[in-house]
Amino acid sequence: MAERDEQNLIDTQVMTLHMGPQHPSTHGVLHMILDMQGEKVLKVVPDIGYLHRGTEKIAENLLYHQFIPYTDRLDYMCAMSNNLAYVQAVEKLMGIEITERAKYIRVISAELSRIAGHLLSVGAWAMDLGAMSILLYAIREREIILDIFEMLCGARMTLSYLRVGGVRYDFTDQCKDATKNLLEILPKRIDEYETILTGNRIWLKRNKGVGVISAEEAINLGLSGPSLRGSGVKWDVRKDEPYLVYDRFDFNIPTGTNGDCFDRYLVRIEEIRQSIRIIGQALKDLPEGPFNIDMPQVVPPPKPDVYKNMEALIHHFKYVSNGFKVPAGEIYSSIEAPKGELGTYIVSDGSEKPHRVKLRVPTFMNLQTIDHMCRGNYLADVIAIVSSLDPVFGECDK
Amino acid sequence: MVEKESVLIKKVKEAFRDAILETTVFRGEITHLVEKSAILSLCTFLKNDSELKMNYLVDVIGVDYQPREPRFEVVYHLYSISRRHRVRLKVRLAEGEAVASVANVWKGADWPEREAYDMFGIVFEGHPELKRIYMAEDWEGFPLRKDYPLRGFKDRYNPYGVDKEEN
Repeated sequence: MAERDEQNLIDTQVMTLHMGPQHPSTHGVLHMILDMQGEKVLKVVPDIGYLHRGTEKIAENLLYHQFIPYTDRLDYMCAMSNNLAYVQAVEKLMGIEITERAKYIRVISAELSRIAGHLLSVGAWAMDLGAMSILLYAIREREIILDIFEMLCGARMTLSYLRVGGVRYDFTDQCKDATKNLLEILPKRIDEYETILTGNRIWLKRNKGVGVISAEEAINLGLSGPSLRGSGVKWDVRKDEPYLVYDRFDFNIPTGTNGDCFDRYLVRIEEIRQSIRIIGQALKDLPEGPFNIDMPQVVPPPKPDVYKNMEALIHHFKYVSNGFKVPAGEIYSSIEAPKGELGTYIVSDGSEKPHRVKLRVPTFMNLQTIDHMCRGNYLADVIAIVSSLDPVFGECDK
Repeated sequence: MVEKESVLIKKVKEAFRDAILETTVFRGEITHLVEKSAILSLCTFLKNDSELKMNYLVDVIGVDYQPREPRFEVVYHLYSISRRHRVRLKVRLAEGEAVASVANVWKGADWPEREAYDMFGIVFEGHPELKRIYMAEDWEGFPLRKDYPLRGFKDRYNPYGVDKEEN
């Protein structure tokens, strides 16, 4: 679908086509209103909000630590990153510095979750364009990561693993071995995907030169994450404003040149490889020590102590029933989530509940570029473009 | 880091002496409280100035501070991809007041402004298409306002909501 000759088109009546919200290729509940001239797309109006649950309103009515499980349900493909964005914001507001071990564990879990997210993104994208096998392979590898998460905290999707002040459970040797095993398997598997996709003629035809967006336009429209890097903008929050211990690791930020779907695909594949590198280094350097800070108001004592020790019982009771106070003020803290910049803006009035929580979700901002990318392309290209942005509607609709 | 911060404070204060009502630094984040009428020119200045280059609009956020007057605050988060610095701008609005839209400065402001309108009823003047984004077009009320009940208002789809008279 590379040749687009304006001269050969016959002018017909403009048709309006509703795509979604139940279309299998729109990754959830995206509803797009397409103005079509024959097979050509003139204009795309995305219509969102079908999954709106009022997460921010709920947050205002919960204690700070009670909101963590809700963040799992934003971008449910990589819950760890959402947990991280939220707890990091609360910690910044409180001025807490977490322990070294917790920082490393957080890096490992966030990168595992990035790999899981990217695998599903590429898999679902390939399936949308007719390559079913890739999805099955990607799910197979994703399963290994979900098994590690299960080993780590008992849950596979909705993890709630991170907590304000540290993490919920220790990163055991068993998890360490499982992660090492993953790092051994995965690189070869990624090569396998590349042999199936990267040189595949159909894959190239469907993605090369499709959904082109220039760096300038992408920045102007608020695109972020791998999709922006596909346009050649070297911006990654992990590198440019390092949080946790990302500044201690050696990794590259892959970028594209053309800003088309194919470049966005290559960036994602390369990011999986870089995440593997980061996890490898983090596992090697993982320090011993406590994985929670010593602040009983924020991190309640371990459960066995609660049964034996009066003070521990009091702390536990206070934590569950009253929560903890957060100093008044407002902060914005962001991380590099698999989809882009995931930020949390918290306004605190000094009480146990936030006055306002605003989640700056990447999918929401990224979707604004759909109209620009789709104009002048064919209807079938819209599928590739939507997949290349990797939208998740739990996150977009909040 | 400190040096960069001083640029963001000094240059802005120099260029907009009267429009900056208050400047605070909390946890390393710079916040300018801005006169409502100056927001558009300040944003244009921040984007085009060669030293600041705030070319990326991160978010536009509405906050409801009821019962304080003026009630609303619109918060802008800006970032510069080349300079790697962030700044926060805030504008205070009373109920019924409108603020100039920055969608002509950064196209990306389109949806976040629509969201702030949808959730708080804050009107952005000059916005290309200001309408609800999450809620249904015929929705009554603005859900994130502090006087909007958590369970919503009672109607035939929401039997567990709060009665309008009670509230």
